[in-house]
Amino acid sequence: MSDRLPGFSTLAVHAGAQPDPTTGARATPIYQTTSFVFNDADHAASLFGLQAFGNIYTRIGNPTNAVLEERVAALEGGTAALAVASGHAAQVVVLQQLLQPGDEFIAARKLYGGSINQFTHAFKSFGWNVVWADPDDIASFERAVTPRTKAIFIESIANPAGSITDIEAISTVARKAGVPLIVDNTLASPYLIRPIDHGADIVVHSLTKFLGGHGNSLGGIIVDAGTFDWSTGGKYPMLSEPRPEYHGIRLQETFGNFAFAIACRVLGLRDLGPALSPFNAFMILTGIETLPLRMQKHCDNAKAVAEYLAGHPAVASVSYAGLPSDRYNQLARKYAPKGAGAVFTFSLKGGYDAGVSLVSKLQLFSHLANVGDTRSLVIHPASTTHSQLDDAAKIKSGAGPDVVRISVGIEDKEDLIADLEQALGT
Amino acid sequence: MNHDAYPDNYIRGILNSVKSIAMVGASPVNVRPSYFAFKYLMQRGYDMIPVNPGHVGKELLGKPFVASLSDIGRPVDMVDIFRNSSHIMPVVEEALTLDPLPKVIWMQLGARDDAAAAKAESVGIKVVMNRCPKIEYGRLSSEISWMGVNSRTLSSKRAPAPTQGMRLSLNRMSVGGGDTAASDRAAKNKSEQS
Repeated sequence: MSDRLPGFSTLAVHAGAQPDPTTGARATPIYQTTSFVFNDADHAASLFGLQAFGNIYTRIGNPTNAVLEERVAALEGGTAALAVASGHAAQVVVLQQLLQPGDEFIAARKLYGGSINQFTHAFKSFGWNVVWADPDDIASFERAVTPRTKAIFIESIANPAGSITDIEAISTVARKAGVPLIVDNTLASPYLIRPIDHGADIVVHSLTKFLGGHGNSLGGIIVDAGTFDWSTGGKYPMLSEPRPEYHGIRLQETFGNFAFAIACRVLGLRDLGPALSPFNAFMILTGIETLPLRMQKHCDNAKAVAEYLAGHPAVASVSYAGLPSDRYNQLARKYAPKGAGAVFTFSLKGGYDAGVSLVSKLQLFSHLANVGDTRSLVIHPASTTHSQLDDAAKIKSGAGPDVVRISVGIEDKEDLIADLEQALGT
Repeated sequence: MNHDAYPDNYIRGILNSVKSIAMVGASPVNVRPSYFAFKYLMQRGYDMIPVNPGHVGKELLGKPFVASLSDIGRPVDMVDIFRNSSHIMPVVEEALTLDPLPKVIWMQLGARDDAAAAKAESVGIKVVMNRCPKIEYGRLSSEISWMGVNSRTLSSKRAPAPTQGMRLSLNRMSVGGGDTAASDRAAKNKSEQS
């Protein structure tokens, strides 16, 4: 196996996990402990001073979480990763390393509604100013760049309509601006799209979705691509300047191409505190082992359901990039040839009321605010996930009043179509 | 050698074969990367020699500083250069006057001088640039995985019993490299000491 690169499915099962040295346990043990003993005072001091690799306290690192981190880093093709309590926590920790109060970051307007809220309101109180751009108009990102811009944030497959973002084009804008490109890869998972291959510098996930995949555990992760030079011009002092928290260490100089992941761990997670439970890490790791199988089934089912809906007389339109007629189909062929994901929207001729009625009649699809579960899910974004946006913003983000979002599960597609058939019928 | 992407086997071969390492630019200041790397490599069983003319007469973790490579007075397997790219050439030129020649010249993270590398390689010396031996050792032994770093290795074998609370084996299938056994030496040295 010397020079052979293992395939994606092999990495999904093996990366980061080795039989336990003490017990020989083959599955990754759940190290459900807050703390780890030191060998002696010097060992403790070395660990606290970042001179040695090792475990101190689960808010900084945990062996179960470390397996999850290495696995996702391997699947994404990054140098390192940091697991945190949720996708939202991942976004806070990432931006904390990049922005000082008064700085700006550019974000694609088409995002998960929760991210739009987080960026607009919570981050504003930190003095981190979001500037919106249109992912369908690359020039709008260029126009948004100012001397205070510190990052660009996009989703690879964008919530809620499953639109595909031209990652390479936006990475070119980011490179020109001298800022890192952050890609939320939650809806694609690395099985469909590996943003680092297309120019992303940082990848974030809500592990809660397709990676965990079973709707049972929250989690988030940050992957460092190892591609960005943080040392230029003192623009990123968390990475390039001596850190008083660690007696003057400069993280980029010390940790090279995984310094960003280390900064997220030792400056972000350590001080902000959104640690992932090792139990959740175990559940998510178990989910990841079947990611390639599940993701393909999700995509195949989604395409069948989208085709069915597109031919239904009660449906006004279907936004699914896997359909040849879709405006994002070209981008889907380029970025996600194995499938265009399993989250998409459609609009009903009967408008808001028809959407509410459909949701209430469905028997297999569960009405809830999540995506990326084995089970098929449905939601009416205008009255739920995107309800805090005004009408214009709802439409701009793809969540108009007549729009229904579904996340297609891994059931038999015939049963999903039959459920939609009975719920759409009169 | 392609100095943009080293095969894991190349790095493994170096870390498994060298025993003595002269570190040029080793710092006694315990937050400097050179101090971290010196201490780590010493704990892994390498025979470390700190080279820094500004600290002659003092010791680094019990090892006396020497002023220059030619002052070491015994053969060294590897010269690890903790200097900026602009200061690499004179160190390499001095290393090339040693008899016997070192087997490896290693330039730290951020340091790269292709002309100096070519000079060393022309006399059969292996060269690594812009890498840290501590990070590479930690990565190839998977010890660094404690920090969520992608070791780019896989193994279905039970890890050896931890030394100092860490996993330490370079005998892992590499995602693009081969096999070795350097950490076993470190573990053995450790058990002999205790």
